[in-house]
Amino acid sequence: MTATLDQPTAVATGVVVRPWRAVLLRVEGQWTWYRRHWTASLLSSGLQPVLFLAAMGIGFGSQVRPGPLTGGMPYLAYVAPTILVSGLITIAVAEAGLPVLSGFKWKQDYWAVASSPVTPGQLFTAELVWITLRLVLGSVLYLVVTTLVGGWTSAGALLVAPIAILTGAACATPVMAFAATTKGDGHAFAAVNRFVVMPMTLFAGTFFPVDRLPVVVRPLAWISPLWHGNELARGVALGGLRLWPAVGHLAVLVGLLVFGLVLGRRCFRRRLVV
Amino acid sequence: METALVSSDTGAPVISGSGLVKRFADFEAVRGIDFQVRRGEAFGFLGPNGAGKSSTMRMVSCMSPRSGGDLRVLGMDPDTHGPAIRARIGLVPQEDNLDRELTVRQNLHVYGRYFGLTRKQVRAKAVELIEFARLTDRADHDVEPLSGGMKRRLTIARALVNDPEVLLLDEPTTGLDPQARHLLWEKLFALKQRGVTLIITTHYMDEAEQLCDRLVVMDAGRIVAEGSPAELITRYVTREVLELRFSPGDQHGAVDSVRDLADRVEVLPDRLLLYTTDGDATAVRAHDRGVRPTSTLVRRSTLEDVFLRLTGRTLVE
Repeated sequence: MTATLDQPTAVATGVVVRPWRAVLLRVEGQWTWYRRHWTASLLSSGLQPVLFLAAMGIGFGSQVRPGPLTGGMPYLAYVAPTILVSGLITIAVAEAGLPVLSGFKWKQDYWAVASSPVTPGQLFTAELVWITLRLVLGSVLYLVVTTLVGGWTSAGALLVAPIAILTGAACATPVMAFAATTKGDGHAFAAVNRFVVMPMTLFAGTFFPVDRLPVVVRPLAWISPLWHGNELARGVALGGLRLWPAVGHLAVLVGLLVFGLVLGRRCFRRRLVV
Repeated sequence: METALVSSDTGAPVISGSGLVKRFADFEAVRGIDFQVRRGEAFGFLGPNGAGKSSTMRMVSCMSPRSGGDLRVLGMDPDTHGPAIRARIGLVPQEDNLDRELTVRQNLHVYGRYFGLTRKQVRAKAVELIEFARLTDRADHDVEPLSGGMKRRLTIARALVNDPEVLLLDEPTTGLDPQARHLLWEKLFALKQRGVTLIITTHYMDEAEQLCDRLVVMDAGRIVAEGSPAELITRYVTREVLELRFSPGDQHGAVDSVRDLADRVEVLPDRLLLYTTDGDATAVRAHDRGVRPTSTLVRRSTLEDVFLRLTGRTLVE
C-alpha cells in the first residue's frame, strides 16, 4: 500500500437536517424566489378572490334582494365566505398543478433538491406548506377588502379564513400527487380546471344553495370538497352551523388532506427516486 | 506543503459495488458490475450511450435504488442512508438543473441551506465558489442568460457547497466548447488536489485520459475493461497507429497487402488503421508492397482506440 501522508482528505460540511427543518429550508428557498417575483404572482393569483367578490358580491349582489335563500342576509354577506373558499381552491389547484410539474420537468429544481439531504417526502411537505402560505396571503388580502366593503356580519368570519385555507390545501394535495405522475405537458390540468374546478365553483353552493339544483345533480355537489368548505365557512360567518354536520365536513376535508399528503409523498418519491 | 497525488491503493474504498444490478421493468440497464473507488482518486465510467453509466451514477448518488447486488458509499448503504450519504457527496447531473429564475449567488445560498449550512456559512461559501467558478462579475445576475459554460461551472460550484468528499460528475463537459472544457478540467484538477474523490462519466476519451487515474469501460450494462488509461492502451491496443488514407472505396484493395504488417487492421470508409508498435517502419513496409495512400499519419494510440475496440466497430483481424 502506498503511503498517503501528504494527501489531503476532504471532509464534508453537509449534515442531515431534521425533517421539519428540511421543510422550512425548502420554504425559505421558495421565499427567496418569491421575493423576486411576488408582483406577478400576487396579481395572477392573490387578487383573484377579491375580483370575484367585486363582481359577484358587490356588482351582481346589488341586484339581489335579501330573502329566504340568503338567510335574510345581503347577498354580499351571503357569498363573502364562500367566494374565499372557492377562490382559494382555484389558487391552490393552480399552484399544485403546472408549477409542481415544472419542478420535475422544466424548471427541474426538484431534482436539485433530491440530490441534497432533503428527501422527496420532505420536499412534498414543503411545497404544500408553501402553497398554504400563499393561501394565507390570499386570505389576508381578501379579509381586509371584505371588511372594508362591509361583507362580514359577525365575528365568526374570523374562522372563515382557516376553513378556506384547509379546503384549499386539501384540494392541493391530490393535484400535487397527480402532477408528480404527469409525464406530458400539463394539458391535463386544463381539463381539471374545466371539468372539476369550474363546475365545482359554479354549482357547489358558492353563489346559491345546493338545494336549488335538480335532485339528481345534488350528490355531485355533496361529494365536492368545495361544498363541505362552503357549508363550514357560511355556517361560521352567518351562524347556524350545527356540531355534527360541522364535524362531518371537517372530517371530509382533513381526510382529503391526509389522503393527498400520503399519496403525494409517495408519488414524489416514485418520480424522484427511480 | 506539496501534495502527493497517488492513484494506488489508499485504504478502504469510498465506493464499492458488487454484483450491482439495475432493472427498469424488463430492461436490465446495469448487469451485475463490480467496482471499487478509492479515496482521493479520479475514477471514470466510460461507455457509449445506453451502456449503464448514468444508471450506475444515479445508484451511487442515492437517487435510484439498486435492483440487485451490493453497494456501499462512504461505508453506508444508499438504500437506507440516502440523506446521510448525500450530505457528504456532490452531484453534477448531466443536465443543469439550476434555478434560472434566481441569481448565481442565490442558487448557491438556497442549495447550501439544504445541507444544513448556516446563513453565515453559505454567504462565505458562495463568495468562494463564485470565485472558483470565475463568475465574480456575474454573481448577482440571473442565471438564465449565462452561457452554457458558465452554467456548467455554476452547477459544479453548487455541487461543492457542502465541501463534498466525493464529487459525481455525469458527462460534465457535454456540449461545451474547447475553452470551457479546458477550464473545467483545470477546476477538477484543483479539486482532486484538495483530496476530493472524483467520479466521472464521459464518452469523451480525451477527457477520460486527462482526468481519470483509473476507469472502467462499460458496454450494454457490463464492465468490459478496467485499469488506468495507460494500462488499457497497453492491454488492448498497440503503442502506435498508422493511418493510411485513401479516396473513399480505394482502401479495400489495400487490405490484403497490409494485413500481416500490423497486429490488427481496421477498415474505415476512407482509411485503414494499422495497429502496430512502430508506425513509421510499418508505413515504409506498406510502401514497399506498392500501397499508395493519398496520405499517411502515424500517431500514438489513444483511449479512443481502446474504447472503439471494446465497444464496437467492424474489425479485420
